[in-house]
Amino acid sequence: MDGLLREYLPILIFLAIATGLALVIVTTSYIVARQKPDAEKVSPYECGFPPFNDARRQFDVRFYLVAILFIIFDLEVAFLFPWAISLGGIGMLGFWSMMIFLGILTIGFIYEWKKGALEWE
Amino acid sequence: MAEFWTAYLWPLLWIVIKILAIVVPLLLAVAYLTLAERKVLSAMQMRRGPNVVGPFGLLQPIADGMKLFFKETIIPSGANRGVFILAPMLTFSLALIAWAVIPVGAGLVLSDLNVGILYLFAISSLGVYGVLMAGWASNSKYAFLGGLRSAAQMVSYEVSMGFVIITVLLVVGSLNLSDIVMAQKGSFGMFNWFWLPLLPMAVIFFISTLAETNRHPFDLPEAEAELVSGYNVEYSAMTFALFFLGEYANMILMSAMTSILFLGGWLPPFDIAPFTWIPGPIWFALKIAFCLFIFIWVRGTFPRYRYDQLMRLGWKVFLPISLAAVVIVAGFLVTFDLVPA
Repeated sequence: MDGLLREYLPILIFLAIATGLALVIVTTSYIVARQKPDAEKVSPYECGFPPFNDARRQFDVRFYLVAILFIIFDLEVAFLFPWAISLGGIGMLGFWSMMIFLGILTIGFIYEWKKGALEWE
Repeated sequence: MAEFWTAYLWPLLWIVIKILAIVVPLLLAVAYLTLAERKVLSAMQMRRGPNVVGPFGLLQPIADGMKLFFKETIIPSGANRGVFILAPMLTFSLALIAWAVIPVGAGLVLSDLNVGILYLFAISSLGVYGVLMAGWASNSKYAFLGGLRSAAQMVSYEVSMGFVIITVLLVVGSLNLSDIVMAQKGSFGMFNWFWLPLLPMAVIFFISTLAETNRHPFDLPEAEAELVSGYNVEYSAMTFALFFLGEYANMILMSAMTSILFLGGWLPPFDIAPFTWIPGPIWFALKIAFCLFIFIWVRGTFPRYRYDQLMRLGWKVFLPISLAAVVIVAGFLVTFDLVPA
């Protein structure tokens, strides 16, 4: 097996053990504990009356906006990772290329700030 | 047969032993973190805290665990059963497997990935799925709103956490966690650790970890007053316990990340005789305990943020500062020719 991949084998085994542990905990508790559901018990939580309508209704569009902004900036971070550790080898050209990229992103950030995309009231 | 044993079975068994050596202390630490939290909070409020079960209440976490174990697993009628059960298991497993790359001492690590910090960043990002799945599958208004809020909050602070990590990587020049710790070794002991040269970044990172783990003062997803308990309101028994364990394991993980990035990991605070006698893992544990104490201290001291304040802090304060810090640190390193080769 390749040396690089060998490091990932323990993680795979760890994932299997962690998932197995979670599964064992839930199922043994389910078997051991007394299960006695009734209609009131399994109804969705509400303060003293049956829920009026389905919980999955429309929600604020700003959550969607935050998700989009997150994707943009998280991708940017993903680009920065290889740049940050190879900065010594890529010289001034590499440094200034990333600065221009960051500059463009900053302009976008200022635009969305001015547009009020970051406002929550 | 003997060859099969030495070539495959024994290495595999050895890995399993190492994994158990991580999981068992971690789960014990989680159990006693809940007790420590209640004890510290009660001391801050001039109360005694749990003191009935066992000496000084030391058996309280076990009693709590047993109680939850024998409770009924309630699955709401409107819920999507599969996703509903899967969500806490996902949260729990993710909180555990992140520990595979954490070096607790020099060379004491399960898998010494060359992209360790990237792995940690990826696993902690996946934590959002557990929360979103729970909020969606419960089919309850409170859980739904709590899940949405929590997801938006976690992704908001993850961005600035990413930038802070980049500033550390610029100084270190490696993604390996052991390399990051060793880069902080120097003749000035604790003043060589990155908390001093990167002080604003260390503060931003720590506050972001509070938001990332949905802790006070950013625990809006669980705001008892309005959302009763947030995304896990419909959970009971061991499904709830898995969420709880996962959250507290995440707190310990985030403290470990803070220790590795800014507090010198397993390094002793001064590189002289009495301090170097104490083994590395103990220093690492002490640093984690220190960070966890601040987690609890913050909870005992500060009032909760409003949601708009929370988003403002993340997007309008932390993001510009950390973005600027990446440029400043990179510019400083390039100008003075300090970039690690």
